[in-house]
Amino acid sequence: MKHRSLFYKFAGSPYLVWSIMFIIAPLIFVVYFAFTDRNGSFTLENITSLSSYSETFVMSLGFSLIATTICLLIGYPLAYCMSRTSERTRNILVVLLMLPMWISLLIRTYSLMALLDNGGLVSTFLTKLGFQKLTFIGTDAAVILGMIYDFLPYMVLPIYTSLTKLDKRYLEAASDLGCNGVQVLGKVILPLTVPGIISGVTMVFVPSISTFYISQKLGGGSFDLIGDTIERQFQNSVTYHTGAAISLVMMILILISLAIMNKFSDNEGDMIV
Amino acid sequence: MKKELAQNQELSEVAENEQPPDAPASNNEKGSKKRTKLIELKNISKAYDGETVLDEINLYINDKEFITLLGPSGCGKTTTLRIIGGFESPDIGDIFFNGKRINDLPPHKRQVNTVFQKYALFPHLNVYDNIAFGLRIAKVKEDEIKVRVTEMLKLVNLSGFEKRNVNLLSGGQQQRVAIARALINKPKVLLLDEPLGALDLKLRKDMQVELKNIQAQTGITFIYVTHDQEEALSMSDTVVVMANGKIQQIGTPIDIYNEPVNAFVADFIGESNIIDGVMLEDFKVRFAGHTFECLDKGFEKNEQIDAVIRPEDVDVVSADKGMLTGVVSSVTFKGVHYEIIVDIDGFKWMIQTTDYVAPDETIGLYIEPDAIHIMKKSEYSDMFGDYSSFSDEMDHLSDIVEEDEV
Repeated sequence: MKHRSLFYKFAGSPYLVWSIMFIIAPLIFVVYFAFTDRNGSFTLENITSLSSYSETFVMSLGFSLIATTICLLIGYPLAYCMSRTSERTRNILVVLLMLPMWISLLIRTYSLMALLDNGGLVSTFLTKLGFQKLTFIGTDAAVILGMIYDFLPYMVLPIYTSLTKLDKRYLEAASDLGCNGVQVLGKVILPLTVPGIISGVTMVFVPSISTFYISQKLGGGSFDLIGDTIERQFQNSVTYHTGAAISLVMMILILISLAIMNKFSDNEGDMIV
Repeated sequence: MKKELAQNQELSEVAENEQPPDAPASNNEKGSKKRTKLIELKNISKAYDGETVLDEINLYINDKEFITLLGPSGCGKTTTLRIIGGFESPDIGDIFFNGKRINDLPPHKRQVNTVFQKYALFPHLNVYDNIAFGLRIAKVKEDEIKVRVTEMLKLVNLSGFEKRNVNLLSGGQQQRVAIARALINKPKVLLLDEPLGALDLKLRKDMQVELKNIQAQTGITFIYVTHDQEEALSMSDTVVVMANGKIQQIGTPIDIYNEPVNAFVADFIGESNIIDGVMLEDFKVRFAGHTFECLDKGFEKNEQIDAVIRPEDVDVVSADKGMLTGVVSSVTFKGVHYEIIVDIDGFKWMIQTTDYVAPDETIGLYIEPDAIHIMKKSEYSDMFGDYSSFSDEMDHLSDIVEEDEV
């Protein structure tokens, strides 16, 4: 018994070491840099100077909210349809959905860029059809499309999981009590899959608000989302401190929004994230 | 055979002359008002993946009746209930509600509500909202809903529980909420699918009484599914015994107990000694090497039959006074009585007696004519009724609550 408990005591230690080295220590650095100036003395200037970035913050927030909303609107019906198919079809669909996730996000974004580029597949095809020459790269739509394309599976999977876990008896009970199909969906299925929705929203919202390569590649260099700003600050040792301050503020903002979303899930504790 | 079984009345008529005088009247005779057929199942058959679950079920259910579908796991009782609720449709046959064919009517359009096996209370709603669910769908005004929910909570003894989280209620309380949620819609028929299966024995007994009271108060037809024969006997006006997708017998609890039609019913309802015998002539039967007087007639001369003798109907006497003699092979104290297994020429009988007898003692058995019930041979003959492999453990195993069945 003693031996066993010893094993369990130390089983978590590799991860502990890992997280101290790569999560906790960097966080401490971020906080340290955020509150110091170049000479290493304490200052709030980095934080107060962030007001000049408020526009970037708002734009990033807007983009990720739009992307998340569209992901939800596409993802929920998709997950719902998937959960209604036979087990065999369902498994195939899940594999199809996961397939893009096996490829690096960066590569996917590059290939999307190749498709949308001037002279790329899509614009060539459209001009052949007689459309005027269209520019995709550099538009808001391209960036949002990139976010949706990259993160949609993260919306579908948690919703799909909560839909398949949903007990069929609740649906029967609802229809027994007078609900038609639409009412069953609205009164029972939707409320009971809120935890899945929250997970999905989180998993799309967080990476899209902090993305920089999607806006870089598909924004044609003209986009400056918060992720791009942070990246730029860290490319120059002079602005390290500002970069750390932006990162810190963004982390806090994300934590606040997660807390708000968790409130909605009503303590049902099914959070996947 | 099937046709006979489908007619509730015929069977109870057969039973009439033998009913004890103090027995409650069967549902068909009770009250002066003529009962109307509310639900009728005609030639219903259903198969899943080629496996027959229901085989030509014919059944009608009267208005305001408490009817129980009783049978072992997999006998088709739950499927029958689900067909009535609209959750399954029959492969063959028709179902009528008030004379109208409702095969294709979806559940939400039927005047039927269900109390599900594991309650299926909506976990995202509190007690009040769960019970109000059906009325809100029906767009009843909130102030009326409030009145009716309060009334319902009172009926099921849960006043003051409005704001409770249903996930934190005990099994018995969840059960009551489920009943209230169904009853508040004032259905014509309430379907109950093993509603007490998950409760402990004491609570189950209390709820049986309560359910029976609620049924009497509301006058709603109850269709109750259970595998617990005691529950079926104590609550129902009519019991429908099912096995292997077929109806074995329909009748009042007393008919079913006293006049089982075959060895399956005799064995499933209560304890029975079922012995191979020959009907010598009317009122005279021979089994276990002895000729007995009995009250049954109408069999062919020397017809092979199954004789049923209930363990409590046998009198234990001294060996020299008995019609049969045997050796006691085991004695179990059961509280009210002793349950003894007696070996009579190799066939083990179960007998319940209030007088203690010692193991290995030779005793005599005395059987009154009215303790013997004669049944025609059936496919179930020779499968039941011998207690040679009997043990309490086996009995408990079969008592284990059934899981969801198709």
